[in-house]
Amino acid sequence: MSGDPTTDPGGPGTPHGPDQPGTPGGPEAPDTPRLDVDALLSDTAVRTVVCCGSGGVGKTTTAAALGLRAAALGRQAVVITVDPARRLAQSMGLSELDNTPRPVELPASFAAPGGSLHAMMLDMKRTFDEIVEAHADPERAQQIMANPFYQSLSAGFTGTQEYMAMEKLGQLREEGDWDLIFVDTPPSRSALDFLDAPERLGRFLDGRLIRLLAAPARTGAFRLLGAGVGMITGMLSKIVGAQVLADVQSFVSSFDAVFGGFQERAERTYRRLQDPGTAFLVVAVPESDAVREAAYFVERLAADRMPLAGLVMNRTHGTGAEDLSAGESMAACAELERQGGHGLAAAALHLHARAADLRDREAALRGRLASAHPDLPVAEVPARTRDVHDLAALREVGDALGGGPPAV
Amino acid sequence: MVSGKGGTGKTTAAAALALSLAADGGRVLLVEVEGRQGLAELFGRDPLPYEERKVAEARGGGEVVALAVDAEAALMEYLEMFYGIRRAGQVLTRFGAVDFATTIAPGVRDVLLTGKATEAVRRREGGRRSRREEAPYSYDAVVLDAPPTGRIAQFLCVNAEVAGLARMGPIRNHADKAMATIRSSATAVHFVALPEEMPAQEAADGLAEVREAGLNPGFVLLNMVHEPLLPPDVLEAAEHGEVDTEALAQGLKAARLDAPRDRASALAQEVTAHAQRVGAESAVRRRLRALGRPMLELPFLGGGIDTDALFRLSDRLTAQGVAR
Repeated sequence: MSGDPTTDPGGPGTPHGPDQPGTPGGPEAPDTPRLDVDALLSDTAVRTVVCCGSGGVGKTTTAAALGLRAAALGRQAVVITVDPARRLAQSMGLSELDNTPRPVELPASFAAPGGSLHAMMLDMKRTFDEIVEAHADPERAQQIMANPFYQSLSAGFTGTQEYMAMEKLGQLREEGDWDLIFVDTPPSRSALDFLDAPERLGRFLDGRLIRLLAAPARTGAFRLLGAGVGMITGMLSKIVGAQVLADVQSFVSSFDAVFGGFQERAERTYRRLQDPGTAFLVVAVPESDAVREAAYFVERLAADRMPLAGLVMNRTHGTGAEDLSAGESMAACAELERQGGHGLAAAALHLHARAADLRDREAALRGRLASAHPDLPVAEVPARTRDVHDLAALREVGDALGGGPPAV
Repeated sequence: MVSGKGGTGKTTAAAALALSLAADGGRVLLVEVEGRQGLAELFGRDPLPYEERKVAEARGGGEVVALAVDAEAALMEYLEMFYGIRRAGQVLTRFGAVDFATTIAPGVRDVLLTGKATEAVRRREGGRRSRREEAPYSYDAVVLDAPPTGRIAQFLCVNAEVAGLARMGPIRNHADKAMATIRSSATAVHFVALPEEMPAQEAADGLAEVREAGLNPGFVLLNMVHEPLLPPDVLEAAEHGEVDTEALAQGLKAARLDAPRDRASALAQEVTAHAQRVGAESAVRRRLRALGRPMLELPFLGGGIDTDALFRLSDRLTAQGVAR
């Protein structure tokens, strides 16, 4: 899932300043280009930033911290989160978010002149209802919304959330009240869903199967395909039940007449993601699963020709006493235990050995990613001891992302 | 059912739990439904096909069998089982009907996933023909690596939802059976949390949601706990930055390390950070305890989780009383 605090699970977080990009202590790793977050946020051609990545890597926090920093750079930013847990709300100090962007009250020192921050939580069902209401006459809208299939679909079956997130993104972009929109992607089971779901839903709602289901039995389509169609509807009816099939059929016929092509909408959204006004950020943490997912996502975005701006590596760990290796430290610890006494020093050395070990393993992981994707710009955010749930902490995350306080 | 916030180590916890439940001659099915092949990865195997396959021998001679449920394959199996129309699957696929049934149609996907897991719970030795009531169960326990907290209640209650939609027919029967198993006292929903505020909050929210949905809440498993390396009084002082740097430097000197003084102050900061983390973790632990559910803890291992680490985690669970 997305969006969590960059809390420290491992060792003491020592910030890697901008003078130490990439992988400390990893001589095998190529130099990683640093992601220039402020340049990205200040680029007025960029209208949308999409944060994606596997669950639990801090997508929501990253999106919120970037939104806050964009406000500090004078942009009118809005952050959309699609996560059902109300974490963005928590980290922005809001008790509740609803389906319209709400202003986040910023202390004067947080926003540059002209800069502002709004936040909203996607209400899937309401977004779906809004589309229906905007496009159908009241009677037809009523009919659609009363359909049991519509109710289930809009309440959150696979694909709907992703689709509605993209729909909302499109709406906000068309409304034009914000010049920079941050989207925190849904907690999809896999990275694939995020890119595929809108198209799949569109394809389904506009697809051959649905047309066949929706078509009256005597039309040409049915006659051409003959018995095959009867077999398919027959089997579907067995699988899902005749009632469901009837609901789907009546839903599709009223829905289709209203919208004239869901697929077209889905494709427009997809193309909008590809345009240069969008920047994708892949979010990861230095753990093997998350790094593997991130690499996969980087490749997938490239394959779909989506504009990838870079990678945010959250929760990295450093150590004090940089030059004391894990092995040396553990050996010294063993020596003290042999001698007896010096309990504090032995424990400190043990701790340091763990922290140095963690740092080295993270460096190796990042090195592997950098070798596979040498041109991928990376911004690192050191792990924190405490959760992010206020604006001050969010600003610190932004400072880490931008390599220092924003220069306005 | 093992749920929890994303990134808390649900899959690892579920696997360790399965190993403990299988210890000393048990047979446990470990099911994943999110299509990530996390179990294959954990047990160091090639991606698992859609079939029940032994992945580990538990301590004392039990076995853990893994199954990666794939909605599409489950649908095909279902069609074959009830209608003998496996070949028709190709036709359905061509028309997008499988896409429809597994990803779009109301909850059919989740029905198939939960249906497969709950079928394994009810299954008895000897298949259909034997005198089923008397035959022993195929599995002593089924552990489901379930979707994260944000989706768990929806996932588990999808059968009730579908039962409302499909008023009759095979899907309805299927959904009713799955729901009965999920609601029964044989099923509990456990939550994995990290000793951090938000994952703990999600575990609390998840528990409340599960209770509200009429399901049985299980234990809270606090994962990746940092075990304190220092006595409580030293930790408490260190939390406020009071570390005896002099004693530290003496110790480093005794260990014959260079630059003992410089290193002592650097290490003192690490000790403070450790103390602060231990302090923060205790606060979270107290909050979780207040939820009134049994609590289990697993340590932070570092180094990634391989099969060996998995056994060590399972041993910890066994030591805390997890058994069949």
